[in-house]
Parts: sequence; C-alpha cells; structure tokens
Amino acid sequence: MQTHQYDVVIVGAGGAGMRAALEASGEARTAVISKLYPTRSHTGAAQGGMAAALANVEEDNWEWHTFDTVKGGDYLVDQDAAEILAKEAIDSVLDLEKMGLPFNRTPEGRIDQRRFGGHTREHGQAAVRRACYAADRTGHMILQTLYQNCVKQNVEFYNEFYVLDLLTDHDLTTEQIEDGAEVNATGVVAYDLASGEIHVFQAKAIIFATGGAGKIFKTTSNAHTLTGDGMALAYRRGLPLEDMEFFQFHPTGLAGLGILLSEAARGEGGILRNSDGERFMERYAPTIKDLAPRDIVARSMANEVREGRGAGPNKDYVLLDLTHLEPAHIDAKLPDITEFARTYLGIEPYTEPVPVYPTAHYAMGGVPTNIQGEVLRDSHNVVKGLYAAGEVACVSVHGSNRLGTNSLLDINVFGKRAGRSAAAYAKTAGPHRELPENPTARVEAQLAEMRDRPDGERVADVRKALQETMDANAQVFRTGDSLNEALAEIRELQKRYRNVSVQDKGKLFNTDLLEAIELGFLLDIAEVTVVAALNRKESRGGHYREDYPDRDDANYMLHTMAYRRPTSAPDAGDGHVPGYFDHVEDFGDYKVVLGSKPVIQTRYEPMERKY
Amino acid sequence: MTAVLENPATEPKAGAVPSFEVTLRIRRYNPESEHGEESTWDDFTVQVHGTDRVLDALHMIKWEQDGSLTFRRSCAHGVCGSDAMRINGRNRLACKTLLKDVNPDKPITVEPIKGLPVVKDLVVDMEPFFASYREIMPFLITSGNEPTRERLQSAEDRERFDDTTKCILCAACTSSCPVFWTDGQYFGPAAIVNAHRFIFDSRDEGATQRLEILNDKEGVWRCRTTFNCTEACPRGIEVTKAIQEVKRAMITRAF
Ligand SMILES: Cc1cc2nc3c(=O)[nH]c(=O)nc-3n(C[C@H](O)[C@H](O)[C@H](O)COP(=O)(O)OP(=O)(O)OC[C@H]3O[C@@H](n4cnc5c(N)ncnc54)[C@H](O)[C@@H]3O)c2cc1C
Ligand code: SF4
Ligand code: FES
Repeated sequence: MQTHQYDVVIVGAGGAGMRAALEASGEARTAVISKLYPTRSHTGAAQGGMAAALANVEEDNWEWHTFDTVKGGDYLVDQDAAEILAKEAIDSVLDLEKMGLPFNRTPEGRIDQRRFGGHTREHGQAAVRRACYAADRTGHMILQTLYQNCVKQNVEFYNEFYVLDLLTDHDLTTEQIEDGAEVNATGVVAYDLASGEIHVFQAKAIIFATGGAGKIFKTTSNAHTLTGDGMALAYRRGLPLEDMEFFQFHPTGLAGLGILLSEAARGEGGILRNSDGERFMERYAPTIKDLAPRDIVARSMANEVREGRGAGPNKDYVLLDLTHLEPAHIDAKLPDITEFARTYLGIEPYTEPVPVYPTAHYAMGGVPTNIQGEVLRDSHNVVKGLYAAGEVACVSVHGSNRLGTNSLLDINVFGKRAGRSAAAYAKTAGPHRELPENPTARVEAQLAEMRDRPDGERVADVRKALQETMDANAQVFRTGDSLNEALAEIRELQKRYRNVSVQDKGKLFNTDLLEAIELGFLLDIAEVTVVAALNRKESRGGHYREDYPDRDDANYMLHTMAYRRPTSAPDAGDGHVPGYFDHVEDFGDYKVVLGSKPVIQTRYEPMERKY
Repeated sequence: MTAVLENPATEPKAGAVPSFEVTLRIRRYNPESEHGEESTWDDFTVQVHGTDRVLDALHMIKWEQDGSLTFRRSCAHGVCGSDAMRINGRNRLACKTLLKDVNPDKPITVEPIKGLPVVKDLVVDMEPFFASYREIMPFLITSGNEPTRERLQSAEDRERFDDTTKCILCAACTSSCPVFWTDGQYFGPAAIVNAHRFIFDSRDEGATQRLEILNDKEGVWRCRTTFNCTEACPRGIEVTKAIQEVKRAMITRAF
C-alpha cells in the first residue's frame, strides 16, 4: 500500500475533471486520478456542440437559453443553476477558444454556431443557432484542448488508477448525524491497474468527475467504461443520489448498435421518416418538428415503431434522411457520423437514409451538488471537502431532460466552479484530516473475495441479463409492471453477483477483475434507477410512465433523493427533513429509502411543454 | 424496446454475411503466467455476425472463453484511441475493423503494436509515446494581451490545420514506423502530427520553438517517407504529408 497527500484530488480526467484541474492545479497541490488515459475519456465522443448565447450569427441571449433549459427539463430544473449555466456559457466557450480550441468559423472569423434541439429564440418562437462546434467532433476538440492545457500547466496525473472507495470521517449509512453537523471527506482509495497495488490518496478536497452510467443499458452511446463508478461509490457510502429515474434516450443511435449520430444531423437539416417516408415529427411537434427535445423525439420514434410504421425487415427502426443535403455540406459539417454509418452499417448517407433507433445516452441524475459543486449529504447539508461535476453530478441544470449541447457546457461551467471551490477550500481548511483506521480494508476485502472465489458465474452473463432487462423494461416507455419486473430481475442478479468469479487471478493489468467490480456498480445504479422510477407515478421529461402519462406537479414537482441504508435504520432517508416521498424498498440485506428535495424556481412558472 | 438487427443479412445494403466462424490467433504475453517472459500464440474460435468487429470477437473470447485475455478499449467506435493493435500484420483499431473485411477464412492474427514495451497480451506501455507528444509543446502559444472576445480566424486559416486536429493519439502511426522500431528515441509521426496542428494554426506563435525541437537529431529528419503511418491512421490523417509540411516549414521559416 502506498499513501499520497494532496490538497486537491480529482477523480476522473474527462472534460469535467480536467476543467477542474486547470483551475485547481494553479492554486493548490492537485492530482488527477483516472481509470483511463485522459484522452480516452468519453467526452471525446461528443459530437454536435456546446451551447452558448454568443449571438455570433443571429440575435440570442442567455435569458432565452435559461428558459429553454428550464422548459427542456420539464421544469424540474433548479432555475438558479440553469441561469448560471446559461450566463457562464459565454465565458466558458471563450475560455476554450483562448486555450486553443479550433472552433468552426463564420465568414467574419468568429466562432460559428448551429441549431440544436430545444434551443429557441424568444421563448420557443423558432430554432436558434446557439451550438458552438468543431465539425462533428466538438467533444474530441474539448478533451484534446483541456488535456493540452493540462500538459502546459504540468498537471499531475495518475492514469489507469481506479478509485474504488471514498473515505469520510463519519459513517453516513449508520450514524444519525445532526442537522448542520460537520462531515468531512478525507480521501479516496485507488487501485493501480498496471501493478495491482492499492494507493490511498489523502486530500483536503476531493472532486468526483467520473462521468455517466450508460452501461446499465444494452443499447447505448456510452463507452464500455461508463459504469457509474462515482455514483455507486458515493451511494454505497451513504450519500444520496438525485433524480436517478431520469435517463436520456437519444433519438438517433445507429439501429442495433447504439452508436450515436449527433442531433447536429437534424440541426443541419436531416429529417426523420417512417416506413411510409412520412416526416412524422410534424405530427408530434408541429413548430420545431425534428428539432424537438430528445425525450419527445425518442418517444415519437418508438411510437411509430410500435404502431407498425417502423422501417426495415423487422419494422423496428426509423430512418434518418440526409439524402437531400449536398454531399459537400455533409462532408464539411458531419464527416465523422456519416463515416460511422458507412463503417458500421455499410450505408452511404449521401444516397440512402440511415436506420436509427433511440439509444441510452445520458444520466440526468447523479450525486447532488449545490451551485459551488459541493456534494450534499441530504436535501441541504453538504459534505465538507467533497465536490462533484459533470455527468456524475446533479446540480440540477438538466432537470428531467437535458438539452443537446448543454452537457459539454455543464462540464465546463461546473467543472471550473468545482475546481475553484475545491482549491479555495483546501487553502483554508487547515491540516489534512485523519484517515479512518485501516482505510483500505474494505477495498482489499472486496478485491480478495472477487479474486479468490473459485469457479462461479461469469461476469458477462450477469451483465448481459442486467442490460437486457433494463432495455426491455426501463427504456423509453415504462409501466409499474415493467419496472417491477426489472426490479425483481435486478434483485436476482444481485444474488448471482455474489457468486461471480474471475478467471484472471493475477496482479498485473487484471481487467477481468475490474470488469467484475464495475458490474457491481452497474447493478447498484440500475437498482436505484428502477426504484426511483417506480416511485415517480407521473410522466416528465425522460421518464415516461404509460400508466401515468401526465405530468403531476401537485405531487411530483420535487427532486428524488435516494439513500441506501441498513435495514435497521429509520426510514426517513434524510433524517431531519421528512421528505415528501416515504417510499422504502426493503431488500432484506439493505433498503433504498426515497426522500426528496425542493425544486428551485425563480423566474419561470411551470407551463405545459409544447413545441 | 430496442431495435436489434436480428439478422443483418436481410438488411438491404448492410453488406453483411450471416453468422460465421472466425479464428483469432492472438499473441499472448503474461509475465505472471507459466510462460514467464516468453510470448505465445493462442487460437480462439468464435461465432460472429457480418457487422461484428475484431473488438467484438475479442470481447466474446474474454467474456466466454478466457477472462485473462487482456486488451484496452473504451468507446468501441473509433474515437478514443484505446485499441490500436496489429491485425493480420497491419496496425488498426480493433473497434473499427469489421471481421468480414480481414479475410475471415484464415486465422486472423492479432498482436500488440510494435516498438513499445508489452505489458500484458495486447497492452503496451504508452508512456514513451505520450512523453514524445508532451515534448513538442502540444498547446497554443500566444503572446500579448488576451482579447476579450474570441481570437478571430478565417475559415481558410482554420481549414489549414483541420486534418491534424483529428488525431486521437492511438499510436497506430508511430508504432508502424520502421524508424521508430529501430530507434525508440525518434519522436515518431504522432508527435509531429500534433506539432503540425499548432505550427499551422494562425493563432499560434510557438512555431519556432517547436521547429527547433523537431530539428533535433531524433526529429523530423529521421522520417524516411515510407508512408506506413498514413496507411495506418484510422482517422484518415495524411500523416506523411503533415511531416513533409513540417520539414518544409523548417527550411523556409527562418529561426
Ligand atoms: C456519443 C456522445 C455524444 C455526445 N455529444 C454531446 C454534444 O454534442 N454536446 C453535449 O453537450 N454533450 C454531448 N454528450 C454528453 C457529454 O459528452 C458527456 O455528458 C460529458 O462529456 C461527460 O463528461 P464528464 O467529464 O462528466 O465524463 P467523462 O468524459 O465520461 O469522463 C469520466 C472520467 O472519469 C474517469 N473515471 C470513471 N470512473 C473512474 C474510477 N472509478 N476511478 C478513476 N477514474 C474514473 C474516466 O477515466 C474518465 O476520465 C455526448 C455523449 C455521448 C456519449
Ligand atoms: S495520427 Fe492517426 S494513427 Fe497517428 S496517433 Fe493520431 S490518429 Fe493515431
Ligand atoms: S475502443 Fe475507442 S478507439 Fe477503439
């Protein structure tokens, strides 16, 4: 075991982690720990753009952007956070340009902008050009630019280190902690893939920036490595997860594969058609049609398929038509995604429409934070020295449905904020706090048990069963029955998980072992997602309950806060604020308790969402 | 509710063969195994579909036959640069290489990329590769006061270095270069590509420093224009052309 001491430790080297590192490393001694080489992070897969009301090509302002974000999120957005997002968007795009990001340019040499779903002028009048972009590899350019600047600033990285535990000075799962009492994060425990050694990182401030959890689904645009690690680690240590029932299904995944074709395809003029060649979005969203928010488009597509108007031999997908666009325009604006269609489906987008179907894309929920990036331990108390930003976090700027281009924005705005807050806190926090006795015990026991278990089930079998039940029962359309089925299956899989074994028993670069550990994260995240979805008996944004098809503001204009507790603990999850939800799912070995947190509304009254 | 192409063969133009068998002959190396420092070849046979890629076959092997088979991967669609390997003797990304395109009638050989120390099976130590990258100062260098808004750049100036911005640092080019194989000190094509990305960016003022670094004896002049790198690049970057342009800049720009 090795021990390190830093002022700030950042877990994750995607966009959020590196943006935070650029702020923190100049101010405080900082290390970034990442299970991937920084440039392999999935931020690099992002395609379409990053929103900011620069008004470079037409009239626009941050207030319209705020409104669109709030409305897009079906009013479950915290409006103070959305306002920060939209206001600070402008500087965060300009920051990136100054760091060297090669944005596409207007004829005047300014950053070019294009249309994206749900982004409008004058509160919904018409689509507006707000997405700043670099061809269809905006995320790649952001990730490269941030890494380049980390190289410039000499940021210290621990690459291919997996963080497997979070250390705090109180046990949040069992202790009854007073309102206002101080709880501190003290460090993290990491596993060095190359050597199999355990490392303890003691820190004054810790930032979680571990990204999403798309691999709980089978059909997904997410990388194999997006297994919800940060969320699961926090959750297992007794911290709540917020709004986990809201998962975004992106309308245009390559059919059968889930690989994403950016919304930019529709922003540049692409049209969705059913088997009759009909532009069906005209029926569902008459004003902005194919550029309606993702939840609406995804459901409309699934509905076309369900009603028998799907294309292809099995009538199980719809078509994204780009054939009316000039090939030169496609090559200039959408080179990568059209290449995906060619490489993976053998389809030539110049002349043939591309088979597409919704793909699991983005976790709106996550580790709750305030606007400074501080992590909450209940509806209002923070954990001192613990921060989160990016897809792992929930501030909540996306509410129940994220608008396209708002995540690359989120990672920059709140990555920067978290980095600043963490460094500022570390500078005033005094000496390092003591680590718990035997800080690595839990991780070591977990790894030893997994490695030493003789022949058992295969990790891949359990993971596949999980992903299949999530696709079948908790996707675009959900019902109480389908969710109960998913939950029953997950419970069964949790039991089977205790019996999985790995074949690789070695210490060096044991990815077999780490895949098994990641499966444990996936199971916990899927479970809490389904429990939260069962509890929310309404339809809002990305969460659509066929048995409760309407939005129900009277009962559900609240964030869900899910806590994992021992069966013996009292049921009021947040202890002191009796949350609205009193839903408890007791699994015998532990239970999931659902509390709530109020939605912050400032300017905008909830209205019906029409496009 | 998911669309699964149950039988891609019936897809118009999917160009797919139905399910078929392939054998992968994989170079194994694991210092902890009974073979110690020796590397060995293992054959695995799997049942695959026309849309499956080499990465899918590697996953099938790892998940169903031999969990100890070790390789890197993340995005699975050619954008993260994790899984460059030698497939039938050519450097490619496993996730971008369809099995049906690499002659599945014969065993497909899969080896780690060359010129970097092998850690385990298909995993190599990337540190020397990233060290060269870091040395060419891969970041925008400017002087004077920052503008309040963005720096202006014409669409043409932006286009000038577009090709080299696509690099995903997969090392397919560098590890296909015969000069790099014999001299690990050579910066290698990827580092030069990333220098090019800044040297030809109209906003950048660090060209002189970078050209000086690349004028070193381990710099661009070692390139023998064998074009292996251009062929290997999964992003379609004209690597050799970029290197030539850097060489030319060295001659024409006074520094
Ligand atoms: C295909 C695709 C296209 C997209 N396009 C757009 C777009 O056009 N516009 C937009 O706004 N958004 C887009 N998004 C969403 C957006 O890209 C992501 O939400 C965002 O990039 C997430 O960034 P992040 O920094 O939070 O996480 P990531 O970039 O995923 O980084 C996570 C980091 O955490 C590390 N990590 C994870 N677990 C551990 C652990 N246990 N220990 C140590 N390190 C760990 C990883 O190594 C990685 O470095 C897209 C998403 C996808 C999948
Ligand atoms: S130039 Fe091409 S082959 Fe070389 S590292 Fe970059 S992407 Fe890979
Ligand atoms: S897995 Fe990302 S490039 Fe192949």
